[in-house]
Amino acid sequence: MRTLIAPGRHRAGYYVALAVTTVVLTAVFVVPLVWVALSAMKPAVELARVPPTVLPRTWTPGTYAEAWDLMDLGRYFLNTIVVAVGVWAVQLAVDVPAAYALSRLKPVLGKGILGMMLLTLMMPAAVLLVPTYLTIADLGLLNNPLALWLLGAANAFTVFLLKRFFDQLPVEVLEAARIDGAGQLTLLWRIVLPLSRPILAVVSIFAVVAAWKDFIWPLLVFSDPARQTLSVALQRFAPDTPVNLLLAGLVLSSVPMIGLFLVFQRHVLAGLTAGSVKG
Amino acid sequence: MRRRVAENLTAYGFLSAALVCFAVFSWYPIARGAVLGFQQADFVTDPAWVGWENFERLFADPLFATAWRNTLLFTALALVFGFVVPFLLAVVLNELRHLKAYFRLVVYLPVMLPPVVAALIWKWMYDPGPGLLNTALRGLGLEGAAWLDSADTSMLSLVIVSTWANLGTATLIYLAALQGIPGDLYEAAELDGANVLRRLWHVTVPQTRFVLLVLLLLQVVATMQVFTEPYVMTGGGPEDSTVTVLLLLYRYAFYYNDFGTASALSLLLLLVLGAFTALYLRVTRKADA
Repeated sequence: MRTLIAPGRHRAGYYVALAVTTVVLTAVFVVPLVWVALSAMKPAVELARVPPTVLPRTWTPGTYAEAWDLMDLGRYFLNTIVVAVGVWAVQLAVDVPAAYALSRLKPVLGKGILGMMLLTLMMPAAVLLVPTYLTIADLGLLNNPLALWLLGAANAFTVFLLKRFFDQLPVEVLEAARIDGAGQLTLLWRIVLPLSRPILAVVSIFAVVAAWKDFIWPLLVFSDPARQTLSVALQRFAPDTPVNLLLAGLVLSSVPMIGLFLVFQRHVLAGLTAGSVKG
Repeated sequence: MRRRVAENLTAYGFLSAALVCFAVFSWYPIARGAVLGFQQADFVTDPAWVGWENFERLFADPLFATAWRNTLLFTALALVFGFVVPFLLAVVLNELRHLKAYFRLVVYLPVMLPPVVAALIWKWMYDPGPGLLNTALRGLGLEGAAWLDSADTSMLSLVIVSTWANLGTATLIYLAALQGIPGDLYEAAELDGANVLRRLWHVTVPQTRFVLLVLLLLQVVATMQVFTEPYVMTGGGPEDSTVTVLLLLYRYAFYYNDFGTASALSLLLLLVLGAFTALYLRVTRKADA
């Protein structure tokens, strides 16, 4: 397709631009990550050297295992998984029926409810920090992952995306099932959900990634070190952990998200534009 | 009639869990935040009305002005980098017909990292001695900088991290918008004798104006709430040069347990961000109509 510059013209210029872009993007976005992963395998003494060595002079891949044990990363991985999986499951369990009701059952005041939900999108998250924290505290949910699960369920963007998708489902299919005597719950479970796989994938990935990346809410909710997520624990350990061990911990805690991205890249990037603009 | 009632009952049954979650974790906190701003509230005693006292306390705090200045500096710098760079990058990527998948993968990779991880990696790379950044600069024959250790460069350093970590999202959204531009427009402009820069300015920019504007507004709202980078990387230092509004809010609430003053600060933040949000609403509404 025709773009800013007509294809085929400026042959040499094109390949120079391609080479420069490749080198710059790789240097800026990939090299730092590889650098961290390699540096974690240098002994602490070697890490302090100026100028730094490129490849480890002394390879100590055992640092990764050592970091895992020393920082008790298994525990924090488990805590983070509990938060992320919980956020995902509760968000879907709560928001899918809600979006379906708003889209298909059109109850009295449905429009008003949707409007009130969308209103919360306009509320900067920071503004609600204190009152929401106090509410969580009042409910006795501090240090309880349930706080983050329920907080994640109040996600207007998810409701909006799901509703918009349900709006576009063919009426005939739903009507046919209705005539066959299926109740709304059966209809939702048997007909609507299987048809909604693409949007469910997008919403699920959004939910898991957001929960894994979240910092401020886990920081506020989990004052008990034993319950903290990876992000909260790592920044707590950072000041007094030997650099090589800390770097190993950082790499290990990023692996699941990078892996998820590599596997579900298509869905992640599709979701980016499916939500049109709001990220 | 009876059927209608039954349908409504089913609908509200489906909605009930969401209504409870939104009521408890969104709607009620919105109202409570407005009230708290005018109350003295800690965890110990019952809240009491204090009128404008919380706001007066804020205005008397020398850090209040510092925090706003720093936040505006962060937002301004973040726009220079985080708004212009992804757009130009998207324009370049849109021209390249090779390695498309690789470029997309690479720019989005940092977006997948937890922000705390990105912050800690950069904190280590900023180390003036063996850090990767100064090593690279020295390799190019330049002098290294003090980065996070100097009040002159600390904020810029945080902006670089936040741009690096988030640029992929904007780039890919712009890229999608660029792909929607009809090729004949460029063709016609070229026949009219417009060179590359003029085509960029008179075709590309107007054709993506809506997305550009929307992302600009969203970015202002997001960057003014910056917290993780200063909290993890500098704690507000050196010499308070990276104390942002949110960091100050966090200190009032969770160091001093002064939830009233923290809420007053939230309300002021809402006032400022509300202006941008209203603009955003107008822009998107207009596009819908």
